[in-house]
Amino acid sequence: MSKDAYRYLRPEAVAALSADPPFAGLEAQATRFSYAEAIVELGERNPDVVVLDADVSKGVGTAAFAERFPERSFNFGISEQNMMAAAAGMATTGLIPFATTYAVFATLRALDQVRNSIHYPRLNVKIAASHGGITAAPDGVTHQGQEDLSIMRALPNATVIGAADPPTTKLATWAAAEWDGPVYLSLIRVPVPVLFDLDYPFQIGKAVTIREGSDATIVAVRDMVSHSLVAAERLSWQGLDVRVIDCHTVKPLDEAAIVRAAEETGAIVTAESNTIVGGLGSAVAEVLGEQRPTPMLRIGVRDTFAESGPYLPLLEKYGLSANHVAEAVLRVVARKRSGQQGL
Amino acid sequence: MPGERLGMSVAELQEMAAAIRCDVIEMICAAGEGHPGGSLSVTDIITALYFRIMRVDPRDPNWPDRDRFILSKGHACPAWYAALAERGYFDRSHLGTLRQLNSLLQGHPDMKVTPGIDMTAGSLGHGLSAGLGMALAGRLHGKDYHVWVVIGDGECQEGAIWEAALAGAKWQVDNLTAVLDRNHLQNDDRIENVMPDEPMAAKWRAFGWNVIEIDGHDMAQIVGTFERVQAIVGVPTIVIADTVKGKGVSYMEGIPVWHGRAPDEVEAACALEEIRRCAGE
Repeated sequence: MSKDAYRYLRPEAVAALSADPPFAGLEAQATRFSYAEAIVELGERNPDVVVLDADVSKGVGTAAFAERFPERSFNFGISEQNMMAAAAGMATTGLIPFATTYAVFATLRALDQVRNSIHYPRLNVKIAASHGGITAAPDGVTHQGQEDLSIMRALPNATVIGAADPPTTKLATWAAAEWDGPVYLSLIRVPVPVLFDLDYPFQIGKAVTIREGSDATIVAVRDMVSHSLVAAERLSWQGLDVRVIDCHTVKPLDEAAIVRAAEETGAIVTAESNTIVGGLGSAVAEVLGEQRPTPMLRIGVRDTFAESGPYLPLLEKYGLSANHVAEAVLRVVARKRSGQQGL
Repeated sequence: MPGERLGMSVAELQEMAAAIRCDVIEMICAAGEGHPGGSLSVTDIITALYFRIMRVDPRDPNWPDRDRFILSKGHACPAWYAALAERGYFDRSHLGTLRQLNSLLQGHPDMKVTPGIDMTAGSLGHGLSAGLGMALAGRLHGKDYHVWVVIGDGECQEGAIWEAALAGAKWQVDNLTAVLDRNHLQNDDRIENVMPDEPMAAKWRAFGWNVIEIDGHDMAQIVGTFERVQAIVGVPTIVIADTVKGKGVSYMEGIPVWHGRAPDEVEAACALEEIRRCAGE
């Protein structure tokens, strides 16, 4: 019965939701490498696409682009500020630069250039940032871009995307190239399961309902989409019918989809491997607070620095596992029901 | 024909520079705030570029083949705005609106608002990198435009300048020329007191740049140098132009406080009288 609730998921992915561990045996890839594959394909069909690196072209995989298109590849070495402002200069001439680095460096080290030379003049620069969220798990805090969605969301003219899986990361990369203006792609370091196919209806700014449900809604981004699906599957065993929204674009937020979910399900949980300060959870809370106050809870890094560790145990320790998401749904549904009883 | 050089003579350029200095004083006085010192030190450089050296088309500010100009020390934009107005990018009447609401002329340069501004600037240390990007793009597109980037000497305290210096040498961007407005002062004090930077020329040479040192107020020398550097191949060039902050207004010259203080009406009248008198001599 619950299998019919899923939308756009590959049948193998639906089956793997209840595997132990979840997604066991499913094809997986770190989305940084999905981006790197997508950018080569993009380079083949769009001569204006150039790739800028900052000494992590092997860590992200853009070395393949450099090999295929050496004249359109520029490695700036360990100087992200220079790379970002140079990308801005290139964009003024009609090129479409993809500036590639890690999230902490893109959004913190080079934020001044990203703000003043890219977003203020709304130049057509794409920033591809791996290690978004705490997905740089074993590298530790200095490499965990846990604020990237929050920081980028604060910038006017920003478009901020965190795709959930390898195929949608490719779709996001290609969509970014078509988008007029800056786009930030938050990529992840760890392998994530292939959930969808390339015919997924990816559109910047349009959240996608990937599981129908009426008891509550999980609004998830980036790597937390897969864990949220697992949570919804487990909740279905307890008779709860939970909607899951792939909110790949944190900005501009699909406010209509959020408000509709609040109206139709009456309980919202957000899920991100970003800090709860200023990211997706904050964005959803802002919308609901102004348009449709609704019981909600946020899953995310709770205003702390994390630590080194394997990805899944790190999620477990910092309250971001599928079970944590499921528990949050139970709590928020309980609040919804007590509120209704009170009426 | 779009994109002609104006080709003013040295005498005409000196006259134009005096007019731009007067515009700068009037603009900043009217605004009640702004940065006169660095605007006056860079005036001769900007005048030479817009009225003799650069191929631009004021009727088509975004002409793809134009030479590019970036004022990385964006706070000196009154001199740039005045040059653009004198060159015909927009009406001179806008000069009186500097820093006011709804103005074409923002406190620091905004490429999306002001015709002729090739790059937004204001936060120091970005412009050389942006110019590098434009130069690399020009090479990729097979265009022969030249990119001019004016940086300040105080600005060279930003690490990003030296990131760009490394990269300029790596890619041998001979279609870019940096011009260092070496006025020896910064916001707080003389540079040697805040953060000593000598030997400046040796630093750039060590980074792989062709370095030319000139008097940044000798118009004949400026013009001759700028015409010559465009023909240099295989290496990026920086022209270190020795200048005087507040040049042309004796009570401002070399005085740190005039980095960011506007003259009142009496002070402005005195400054205008001096600039015009010296130009007439």
